[in-house]
Amino acid sequence: MRQLQVSAIKDGTVIDHIDSKSTFKVASILNIPAESRLILVGMNLSSRQLGKKGIIKIEGKVLNQEEANKIALIAPNATLNIIKNFEVVEKRRVSLPEELVGIVKCFNPNCISNHERIQTRLKVVKKAPVRLRCHYCERTMEGEDIELL
Amino acid sequence: MVSLKNKDIISIRDFTKEEILYALNMAMEMEERSYPELLKGKVLATLFFEPSTRTRMSFESAMKLLGGEVISFAEPSATSLVKGESLKDAVKIIEGYSDIIVIRHFLEGAPRLTADTVNIPVINAGDGANQHPTQTFLDLYTILRAKGSLEGLSVGFLGDLKYGRTVHSLAYALAHFPCQMLFISPPSLRMPAYQLEELRERGVKYSEHSSFEEVCHRLDVLYCTRIQQERFADPVEYEKVKGTYRLSKSLVEGLKVKPDFKILHPLPRVDEMDESLDETPYAVYFQQARSGIPVRKALLAAILGAK
Repeated sequence: MRQLQVSAIKDGTVIDHIDSKSTFKVASILNIPAESRLILVGMNLSSRQLGKKGIIKIEGKVLNQEEANKIALIAPNATLNIIKNFEVVEKRRVSLPEELVGIVKCFNPNCISNHERIQTRLKVVKKAPVRLRCHYCERTMEGEDIELL
Repeated sequence: MVSLKNKDIISIRDFTKEEILYALNMAMEMEERSYPELLKGKVLATLFFEPSTRTRMSFESAMKLLGGEVISFAEPSATSLVKGESLKDAVKIIEGYSDIIVIRHFLEGAPRLTADTVNIPVINAGDGANQHPTQTFLDLYTILRAKGSLEGLSVGFLGDLKYGRTVHSLAYALAHFPCQMLFISPPSLRMPAYQLEELRERGVKYSEHSSFEEVCHRLDVLYCTRIQQERFADPVEYEKVKGTYRLSKSLVEGLKVKPDFKILHPLPRVDEMDESLDETPYAVYFQQARSGIPVRKALLAAILGAK
């Protein structure tokens, strides 16, 4: 039997195939530091697909698709495994939502979202390569201009 | 049935072709007849956080010609915003004093935030380099008056196509109508790639040029813009492109332009358009400036549900 590098959970969600260096960013977007549940985080696990991958296991919580999609921008290959009684009962992929709220900074220094205490809102106008348009200033950004908050 | 009642006017992107035509038809009606009591009892709050004379006066005049009242602050430095109050709080208070808000702000997206915050209609009168949708409506109105239709035209855009917000908005709006667009600019001031890609995706036929003389015979309309010195961080770069285009009566008459060729310009101009053009049948830019009143009257009446 293969030994798990990160212990199994009984019921909950496993977010697998995270690009290893983005693991903590994913945890932060999902507000995991504020969780009181059991959370197991692994980094630099070997992966055929990614070389090195990260994994987050959340005991007692099933992430819904909307929550999971928030991480699609930085972990586009992530898979979501829903666990019941130690068994995978459902596998899902993440996909970019239509709008990213409070995740990406608008790159335009003259945008109101960089001056008022409001959540940023970026519409996804194109998924590959990712292109975002600010709800407020309407500027579009892609590639290096996309900066996480 | 098309209705603009309670609709915010923040970006030309928010308008369908039908809504645009509805507003333009209403502007024609406003030009033909006066409605001095249409907005009686209604109050417009003008919030100009950036200096503007013409746009502000045009809105105030339009509201008063329809029988409405206008309130405003003397200058932004006299408001509680300089004491650190957020824009959201400020507009929530002003919402209680008025039926409609017109806002100009140096920060891009401020009008959108205002519209998201209050429950009364909001009109964007210009937010930085982003949008100035009522200008686009009056540009479209001028073309419609001059040419009789917005369909099937060959429209040239000349000057600063990189930073010119009026160009981007007008091109976006004209893409609703089958037309040909010719973008004429110095290489450093071409239309941004993302704007061109969006036009391509919307099926617009366009081409890019650097010489006006080479393509002017193909144009029904020319939308001429000023090369804006304030957009250049490096004065050397500005020196390189300023004065690239100088249209004059003798130049245009010496070229084989179409007999009903028309020139628009959002004004102010610098040296790209000589005064000798003003009295020619090509020039419609002063009519364009005057269109501000019927167009803004129409938009105020439409979103306040009076028509």
